[in-house]
Amino acid sequence: MKHRFGSIVLDTAFRVLVPFTLLYGFYVLVHGEYSPGGGFQAGALLAAGVLIARLVQGEEAVYDLSGNKAVVLAGLGAGLYALIGFITMVFGGKFLEYGRLPLSVHDPAELHVYGILGIEIGVTIGVMATIIAIFDALTRGEDLYDD
Amino acid sequence: MKKLGALLILAMIGIFCYTSSGLPTISDPKSPPSQHVSPRYIEKSKIETGSPNFVTAVLADYRGYDTLGETTVIFVAGAATVMILRAGKGKGGEGK
Repeated sequence: MKHRFGSIVLDTAFRVLVPFTLLYGFYVLVHGEYSPGGGFQAGALLAAGVLIARLVQGEEAVYDLSGNKAVVLAGLGAGLYALIGFITMVFGGKFLEYGRLPLSVHDPAELHVYGILGIEIGVTIGVMATIIAIFDALTRGEDLYDD
Repeated sequence: MKKLGALLILAMIGIFCYTSSGLPTISDPKSPPSQHVSPRYIEKSKIETGSPNFVTAVLADYRGYDTLGETTVIFVAGAATVMILRAGKGKGGEGK
């Protein structure tokens, strides 16, 4: 049997853990409105999935989201949250008054769900990118030092 | 100087221990938060926000500003960590 990543442990870690961790992260994100969970937890799970993949694959990591890109992405996540708040202000509501979002649904409760999903996505991106950025600074920075 | 620092830390620990004894017991139904804030969330959050989940209602609606602040804090903390780690690593080699 040929092992793609060197050994059966790494193969199993990659093929079994990564997809389920990422999928569970998305599940926690989109169910944040109804069940326990939400942006922070989903962000941690997605980051864990990406980091397991990176630990297994090493330098050939597919999810190449490293260093400065991750920090910028974290800022964009926080920015998305604030942007949704300002959009509701532009359309005549208060800051983060989700019922005023300019979508083609007129039921305030449904708009509210979309608004919360939007800010949860912002939080998720922020948390995920922050964890990846810190991990990168800890690991890749060392490589830099060794050279 | 070291002794002063240790004394200050001990004093802070003492103050924290003393003040924590004044906090209401967890799950005490007669404590102020359980009498005013919690019933309001339990009774009105569905009507006021339309969210079926108390936690989400508090997180995203009643405390929306707070959650925005938390996200910003995480971003700033992450950026600061990355900067500090890189600054330390760059000293021996060429840096980046």
